[in-house]
Amino acid sequence: MADNVYDAIVIGSGISGGWAAKELTEKGLKTIMLERGRNIEHVKDYVNAQKHPWDFPHRGGRTQEMIENYPVLKRDYPLNETNLDFWVNEQESPYTETKRFDWFRGYQVGGRSLMWGRQSYRLAEIDFEANAKEGIAVDWPIRYKDIAPWYSYVEKFAGISGSKEGIPHLPDGEFMPPMEMNCVEKDVAARIKAHYKGERHMIIGRVANITQPTQNRANCQYRSKCWLGCPFGSYFSTQSSTLPAAMATGNLTLRPFSIVTRILYDKDTRKAKGVEVLDAETNQTYEYFAKIVFLNASTLNSTWVLMNSATDVWEGGLGSSSGVLGHNLMDHHFRVGASGRAEGYDDKYYFGRRPNGIYIPRFRNVNGDKRDYIRGFGYQGGAGRSGWGREIAEMSIGGDLKDALCEPGDWSMGITAFGEILPYHENKVSLNHSKKDKWGLPVLDIDCELKENELKMRKDMGEDAKEILENAGIKDVKIFNAGYAVGQGIHEMGTARMGRDPKTSVLNEWNQVWDAKNVYVTDGAAMTSGGCQNPSLTYMALTARAVDHAVSELKKQNL
Amino acid sequence: MNRREAIAAVGWVLGGTLVSAELLVSCTSKPARVNDLFDEAQVIFLDEVGETILPATSTPGAKAANVGAFMAVMVQDCYKKEDQQVFLDGLKKLDEASEKKFNKGFLKLDTGQRTTLLRELDEEQKAYMASKQPEEPSHYFRMMKELTMLGFFSSEVGATQALRYIETPGKYDGCMDYKKGDRAWAT
Repeated sequence: MADNVYDAIVIGSGISGGWAAKELTEKGLKTIMLERGRNIEHVKDYVNAQKHPWDFPHRGGRTQEMIENYPVLKRDYPLNETNLDFWVNEQESPYTETKRFDWFRGYQVGGRSLMWGRQSYRLAEIDFEANAKEGIAVDWPIRYKDIAPWYSYVEKFAGISGSKEGIPHLPDGEFMPPMEMNCVEKDVAARIKAHYKGERHMIIGRVANITQPTQNRANCQYRSKCWLGCPFGSYFSTQSSTLPAAMATGNLTLRPFSIVTRILYDKDTRKAKGVEVLDAETNQTYEYFAKIVFLNASTLNSTWVLMNSATDVWEGGLGSSSGVLGHNLMDHHFRVGASGRAEGYDDKYYFGRRPNGIYIPRFRNVNGDKRDYIRGFGYQGGAGRSGWGREIAEMSIGGDLKDALCEPGDWSMGITAFGEILPYHENKVSLNHSKKDKWGLPVLDIDCELKENELKMRKDMGEDAKEILENAGIKDVKIFNAGYAVGQGIHEMGTARMGRDPKTSVLNEWNQVWDAKNVYVTDGAAMTSGGCQNPSLTYMALTARAVDHAVSELKKQNL
Repeated sequence: MNRREAIAAVGWVLGGTLVSAELLVSCTSKPARVNDLFDEAQVIFLDEVGETILPATSTPGAKAANVGAFMAVMVQDCYKKEDQQVFLDGLKKLDEASEKKFNKGFLKLDTGQRTTLLRELDEEQKAYMASKQPEEPSHYFRMMKELTMLGFFSSEVGATQALRYIETPGKYDGCMDYKKGDRAWAT
């Protein structure tokens, strides 16, 4: 075999790319995984993971130099001193915004699987049915039963801790033992259950942090420093989980610094024959050939690759014959919620830093509830005691202030809603040829905004939070709305959606590009609608399912 | 210059227990620079301001955590130009307030006088912060107080001696008993 010929190519090494590599190699396919950024080796390259707060010169904060260098990242919490190197270099890789869109990227082996929030929820039947029932966008080509076994499959390997609750619109999965709620959270959960008579629930977050050892991974050590990389491998990332599994097969080649500029499309066979790679370090161009291409470059970059491919056949790129490539961009809108004070637990505290919170599953527009908007939202949050940063009104400066701040303050409980954004045709990305990145490649332009349905929902997201907390006995509850810019959810979805008809979708029910059946797109780009649940688990399941299909089709010589 | 270098630069001063900071300032005609914005005398001054805000009690205070050097790094690296100026002018204003109230510079005040002065400045900053426009810079004493708190409680001294710190807890207990006086977790 020539050194540039493989059975399969995987573009991208994040959550979905890592899964594609694992599944393909375990099924015996010689696979090359191409990653545009540098390598990050598990444990060894988690350079800040063992540091103490005082080891950071600015204690984790941001300098003026960082603010200047990261004009996008600075817009929200990701710009910080502790894991700056995991975020994209914005000078090298700019993009343009017709309307503000906060695009927080990670260009390295592992992608954003290193920094992700790890909340892992299944979509439910109501999510897959919603578009068809409500006449929104196009119908998902799959239903819950099609993906349910694949959710189970990926959960078992990734390691998701959580509790089984029997809530139809937040299906249970294959869970490791749940993390524990603290005493205030337990109290609030019980009161919610009693007040809403089982119609609303508060559960411990379902999170990709393991609570029992598995593979070569230790159970969570409750350091809550996940996004620095975990030396214990306790949370799911490419490095801790899928990459070692893929490497163990002996079938994987990992090539960092490999920017895929286009998929090489063969007009005669109407299939992809490989990809073109620009070496990010040397600027040399290479070609790699394979029978199957998995495109997992992250939502918007997967669409960028499609738009750059086969332009001699379709001006808008591979998949553009649908008329929807680049369209229907989604995120989850959030930063609205409520918080207040919990009384009666001054004699209780907690030990350990739990990297997880609580979850209140969607209750709007389900079980007969009907609002003046469609879809819904879930809440994430938690309770805790305030620390030294609190204001003590009656104290100014001095020893009494210091000693008071050395004790924990009041308990408070807060929840933040994460709401669904509908897939609007007008919310889109396109290639901007007038601006080039460091390698002379055209950049993406993003044009996306919230519309009436989301804005109406946001009103409920605040008011419902207040009502729930008050009914659960929380005092002095205040609604907060910190404002939301699209993209801040870091849940980019859509732009190469799955569907039932090649005229209105880019991908079919198996995530194959209609116009090149041996190209599979299984990251967030494939999403036909977004639900309100954190989406990464769905990408894992879609990927494992698509690889199973691809290899089976290959064996039948259909690819 | 990073924080460690900044601390190293003033380490000989801080380590010298026999020579008071005040004496050093008065007999050093041209103090060595710590970074572009601060010299050693200012770092010593800020240590004393910090120690007045969070003094040693049954546990060490802000000076033991080198908050002066920390403030110098933070103001130089993290503050906007405009805020840097407010902070630097604040050093003078604080000393002027001291002269006005006690006819002595801040470093010459005894502990009680320092506390009295900074309590007044804290009232001043609270009133100012409550009435200022959002885009206007903070009051200089607000900056000093915030940096002192951050610098102290996130320092090794503050986190491990004043607060409690366990790098790798290894488990989670969501309902641990607590009695008044038990220290808060640093992180």
